[in-house]
Amino acid sequence: MSDVLILNGRLVDPANGIDAERDLLLRDGRVAAIEIPGVLKNVAAAETIDASGCIVAPGFIDVHVHLREPGQTYKESIATGTAAAAAGGFTSVIAMPNTVPVNDSVAGLEWMLDAARGSVVKLFAMPAATMGSMGIELSNFSALRKAGAVGFTDDGKPVLEDDVMRAALVRAARLGVPVSQHAEDTRLTGGCSMNAGPVAFRLGLRGMTVEAEARIVERDIRLLREIEKAEGLRPHLHVQHVSTARAMEAIRAAKREGLHVTCEVAPHHFTLTDEAVGNYDTHAKMNPPLRVEADRVAMVAGLMDGTADTIATDHAPHAAHEKEQEFERAPNGITGLETALGLTLRVLHRGQGMTLSRVVELMSVNPAHVVSLEGRGGLAVGNHADVVVFDPNTDWTFQATNSKSKSRNTPFNGAAMLGRVRFTICEGRIVFSN
Amino acid sequence: MGSATTPKGSEYAPGSLLTISDVPLEEVSAILAETTRIEQLPRSERAQMLAGRTVALLFYESSTRTRTSFELAAKSLGATTTLVSDKSSSIEKGESLKDTGLTLRALGAECIILRHPCSGAPFLLARMTGLPVLNAGDGMHEHPSQALLDLRTILTRLHGVAAATTARQDSLRGVTIAITGDILHSRVARSNALLLPKLGARVVLCGPEELLPETALGLGPGVEIERNFDAALERAQVVMMLRIQKERLAGLELDLADYVARYQLSSQRFTKHAASALVLHPGPMNRGVEIDGEVADGPQSAITEQVAHGLAVRSALLVRALGAGRFESVTV
Ligand SMILES: [Zn+2]
Repeated sequence: MSDVLILNGRLVDPANGIDAERDLLLRDGRVAAIEIPGVLKNVAAAETIDASGCIVAPGFIDVHVHLREPGQTYKESIATGTAAAAAGGFTSVIAMPNTVPVNDSVAGLEWMLDAARGSVVKLFAMPAATMGSMGIELSNFSALRKAGAVGFTDDGKPVLEDDVMRAALVRAARLGVPVSQHAEDTRLTGGCSMNAGPVAFRLGLRGMTVEAEARIVERDIRLLREIEKAEGLRPHLHVQHVSTARAMEAIRAAKREGLHVTCEVAPHHFTLTDEAVGNYDTHAKMNPPLRVEADRVAMVAGLMDGTADTIATDHAPHAAHEKEQEFERAPNGITGLETALGLTLRVLHRGQGMTLSRVVELMSVNPAHVVSLEGRGGLAVGNHADVVVFDPNTDWTFQATNSKSKSRNTPFNGAAMLGRVRFTICEGRIVFSN
Repeated sequence: MGSATTPKGSEYAPGSLLTISDVPLEEVSAILAETTRIEQLPRSERAQMLAGRTVALLFYESSTRTRTSFELAAKSLGATTTLVSDKSSSIEKGESLKDTGLTLRALGAECIILRHPCSGAPFLLARMTGLPVLNAGDGMHEHPSQALLDLRTILTRLHGVAAATTARQDSLRGVTIAITGDILHSRVARSNALLLPKLGARVVLCGPEELLPETALGLGPGVEIERNFDAALERAQVVMMLRIQKERLAGLELDLADYVARYQLSSQRFTKHAASALVLHPGPMNRGVEIDGEVADGPQSAITEQVAHGLAVRSALLVRALGAGRFESVTV
């Protein structure tokens, strides 16, 4: 493998306590050297990147993406979805299991992770927690773990039954991986297509309440407590796409109590409110839905104070004809891999004064911890050479037509972004440059 | 915030009527004036206004009242109408609203009147076809032509025929309108609560929590909630009763007898609290449920007049949609 030299950049690597000018040498897919400017300048490398004015950071990790393969490759494929990831600065993504068929078997998981699928970045997967994500019978956790599962989830749906969720947490705890929960009490959200509140009332749409999310989070936290007491195990609950102040507060309290809870927030939930639905814009339809301003502010607060562990995109591509439907009939979800950094820098860094080091924590270090990725999320010598080089100061406008994703379903077409990805390097290979 | 791309007015053809909240007061005024003018034209002249023009009625939900009203309005103006409904076989199974709309456009439709069970469907159809679309009721959202006909009924009864040709900020100043019943599911209530305060009216929404959540206050200034029907009646110059669908109550923690006791416009309650108020109902009525037959047929009732105003207002809306009559030179 050929060497890559990254010169003149500002290395932001919170995992190793570095925020300073450093040059990097990548060799054989690993970080070979990190030196103060000047030391590496005479090294002959196949590729030399001038990172002047840029941040050099551990490649971003998205613990929550939908790649639609197998079964719905008209929306996205592993190749196109991971190309979009690379364009967004991501070097690792974790695929959700709600494909067709649902990824609930070793054969399915191995097929998905096979190099033949053409993944551009490092692909990991969370298989279904229950067979077919039906919420009844657990999948074979230990076999799936051996085959590479980094956690279990029925994302798209919750694990609704108390005893099934308890069993999932116990089994995952024994394997040292999280159960990732889509927190929605679907008994309260039938026929609902946006957030409950004045906007939904005016538009005549049935609304999902804050309780529908919070109740599942609160129930899961109670299960953690019970399991710790009864079994002496320490299960790990990861709460996906938190969207309400009430759920964020429940997670904050659980962390204070010492329970092993982590959570993610999606860029759209800290950027937009339910007003973005406008006149039934299906590009603003997602689940959990865009909430009210107080909830948006609570997502920002959770990201600022450490309650939220990671930013995850919930990248959910859909074909144009699917979104060109009546609002209540259109599928949930938006694409997100290529707008995550731009929104994070604009809203959190510029808007809220979040440090670049904290941004990198939320996008690289912490997600690597959530799913225990060995040798990723930091740039110590010997680690995987997963690197993102981005310029944090450029203002630009996102154009969905330029997306690497097969789909264009985003409410951020034409939206202002801050900061551009210049290079994405995955295990020493340049997988995106701009 | 606010960086999302939200649809702009220019995405919709001039003459569309998707939500009443998009219609400025001057435009309401123009519609009222044209309604009166058309009504006074000789029959033969009226029948020439839309001669040679084609209007499609696309009905995914049955509605004898609204469909007939629009259809008769279009025919009286000389337009050719075509009805596509889910009851006929003309809506292809599984075909999207977009494709159905494009087909109607290709067949020569210049305007589509849409009734649809999904809130917001008219916006989609208008965006996809570029044609003027008249919302004839969408899901739980709105029924804007109903609000306009209710307005004309109210103005005519309270202030006379001449007053019903114009809409001003103070046309309904001092007038309180109580809308009572299943507000949550009512597109009539939403459209009226959005329109009437623009003319200075107070709209008092009345009903139990299950049918009238507090979020209704988000409809805007000039709207309030009163749970006690008697108290609402005491203040009202106009009482609008909404149909209660018994099957809707079944799923809720509400029993019909209790509802009737608290919210029926009985003749006793009416005489005691609002004897001189004007009574409206968009129909179809459940006599003996939300309204007493005696009140519905009484001298204060304008329920059958509403139907006549409906025909007149919808004529003007069609003329507006097709850029005819006084709207000919209007560039919206
Ligand atoms: Zn989800």
